[in-house]
Amino acid sequence: MLQIANEDIVRAEAQNLRESPFAIRGLTVSYDQKPAVFSVDVTIEPGKMTAIVGPNGAGKSTLLKSALGIIKPLSGQVTLYGRPVADEMDRIAYVPQRASVDWDFPVRVIDVVLMGLFRKTGLLGRLTGADRKHAMSCLERVGMTDFASRQIGQLSGGQQQRVFLARALAQNADLYLLDEPFAGVDAATEKAIIGVLKSLRSEGRTVVAVHHDLSTVPDYFDNVLLLNVRKIAEGPVATTFTDENLGAAYGGRLTMARIDPAAVAG
Amino acid sequence: MFLEALFFQLGYNATLVTFGATLLGIAAGVTGSFLFFRKRALVSDAISHATLPGVALAFIVMVAFGFDGRNLPGLLIGSAISAALGLFAVQWLTSRTRLTEDAAIGAVLSVFFGFGIVLLTVVQTMSSGRQAGLEGFLLGSTAGMLYADAILIAGGGALALILVGVFRRPMMMASFDPEFARASGINLDRTDLIMMSLVMGVTVIGLKIVGLILIVALLIIPPVAARFWSDRADRVVLIAGALGGLSAWIGASASAVAPNLPTGPIIVLTAFGIFTASMLFAPARGLLISAINHRTFQRGVHIRQGLVSLAQGQPIYEPMTIRLLRAEGLARADGVPTPDGVARASRVLRDEKRWETARADPALEMAAARYDGLTQIEDVLTKDQIDELDARIGGPREVTQ
Repeated sequence: MLQIANEDIVRAEAQNLRESPFAIRGLTVSYDQKPAVFSVDVTIEPGKMTAIVGPNGAGKSTLLKSALGIIKPLSGQVTLYGRPVADEMDRIAYVPQRASVDWDFPVRVIDVVLMGLFRKTGLLGRLTGADRKHAMSCLERVGMTDFASRQIGQLSGGQQQRVFLARALAQNADLYLLDEPFAGVDAATEKAIIGVLKSLRSEGRTVVAVHHDLSTVPDYFDNVLLLNVRKIAEGPVATTFTDENLGAAYGGRLTMARIDPAAVAG
Repeated sequence: MFLEALFFQLGYNATLVTFGATLLGIAAGVTGSFLFFRKRALVSDAISHATLPGVALAFIVMVAFGFDGRNLPGLLIGSAISAALGLFAVQWLTSRTRLTEDAAIGAVLSVFFGFGIVLLTVVQTMSSGRQAGLEGFLLGSTAGMLYADAILIAGGGALALILVGVFRRPMMMASFDPEFARASGINLDRTDLIMMSLVMGVTVIGLKIVGLILIVALLIIPPVAARFWSDRADRVVLIAGALGGLSAWIGASASAVAPNLPTGPIIVLTAFGIFTASMLFAPARGLLISAINHRTFQRGVHIRQGLVSLAQGQPIYEPMTIRLLRAEGLARADGVPTPDGVARASRVLRDEKRWETARADPALEMAAARYDGLTQIEDVLTKDQIDELDARIGGPREVTQ
């Protein structure tokens, strides 16, 4: 009996991994001795938008970066539709935090978007007219075509974030990982970005975003992953984004804010 | 004489040396651009100073085995090995200890250079040492350079340029946005290793001409000067190559005319002259054009604000505003507007109102981005768009003049 049950579990797990565009198993990351992410399992649902939510220092960005190999994890495996993520990197587009970039860098908006095509061109491949057209169409999706030949530092924070999104769009990926895409952008940009993300979802792509604004989680996202070094909960917003889980993630400090949504929005 | 040198008319050897130096300058400017973009300019200083023990040890070894101690390829191999050790020491200290890179650079640079100087003194006391010339590696010297040496330097410069061409994309992406580069499958460690190896290569082949103390200037000054000329990385790289080549060409030519002058300092001073000219006069980001633009803008703002005040019947207290309005014939000394001023003022007020409406409209975001307080909306929007704005404002369509 026990034997059969075990086999079922193994089979179910294999199927989970095969169907998930982004599955993490036993991921532990540590800076020095203190773990930033500890033994986290995540199974992202395909074609859905998932928010990663948690307090500062909960390891949200670290989770994404280590899954992408930007930070070397202590242990754990990450798969994309059941295959090791390292082999499938060209199916992932990543939008890092804006703060990670040198804004005085001598580069134009269109050049930034064209960097999204590196996987295609490689070291020596030439950028064709079709590539440039593709890059322009990505800028169009975020409403930034008119800014194509501006130096990147001349843009506002929100416009810079849209250019980053356009660069990710240029990658034409199945899985979009975004690190705080709404941090420091104005309401108009937030609307534009969420519009693009929802259109990605309607094309059947999967979107995972680190998100800070709890009040917009139910509006923007299908699923939520609550994280505070360890995984607190993951699942559909309706059943997972509860006061109880939020209390567990934020140490009870947030239940008040949840009762009055206006207080959160204000 | 100097002109003859510039145009390669001082004989075969001098011509070859100048040609080699020019290629080296181009390679240094181009390679240095990426170092500058990656914000690791000072690492090149550690690398160059770390070459000295290698030069001296190579000399000692070659003499000990009965060869000519001044054999350039031998000396360069020695310098490359010790530069690589220095680079490794900087990397190791930065990644494995809590030392920051600048501290590691300071430590490595001074220790290697000190050790090198000690070895140079040893070389000078060696009885068998035909040591004359090793000091040339400190400040650079083209005197007594052989045909083969010049070929070696020119070839090394050309090779460095080819390698930069191959790896320019990953080096650029790693400099601009390392995290995205990593997520795009670029191995950052390997890219940095390539970049630093190129810097090391340029340093080593530049030792003879520019000298190890000053080679860092040939790597850094051209890109910094080029940055004043363009906001596009690919162009900065090309301009830096051109400026580096120009500096080395002029410097080497001058040195051919006056063999007693150390070549390195002349090249670096030339580069500095180019840098100063770029900083002052470059049309994109030079100080002069910036000052002029600032002044023009300030005058424009004063006139505009003065006109708005006039249109609204408010008094003007700012002396500069009154002076400018008078100079333009828009107001009298007592602040009363002239007929011309009245007409301009009402036009400015209308422009302000249109801008206010346009900037509140998300559909006109691009136009709104060009708002600077001075640009007339007619220069940004079409007639139809303005008519549409006016309809929303509800004011008179044309202001009588």
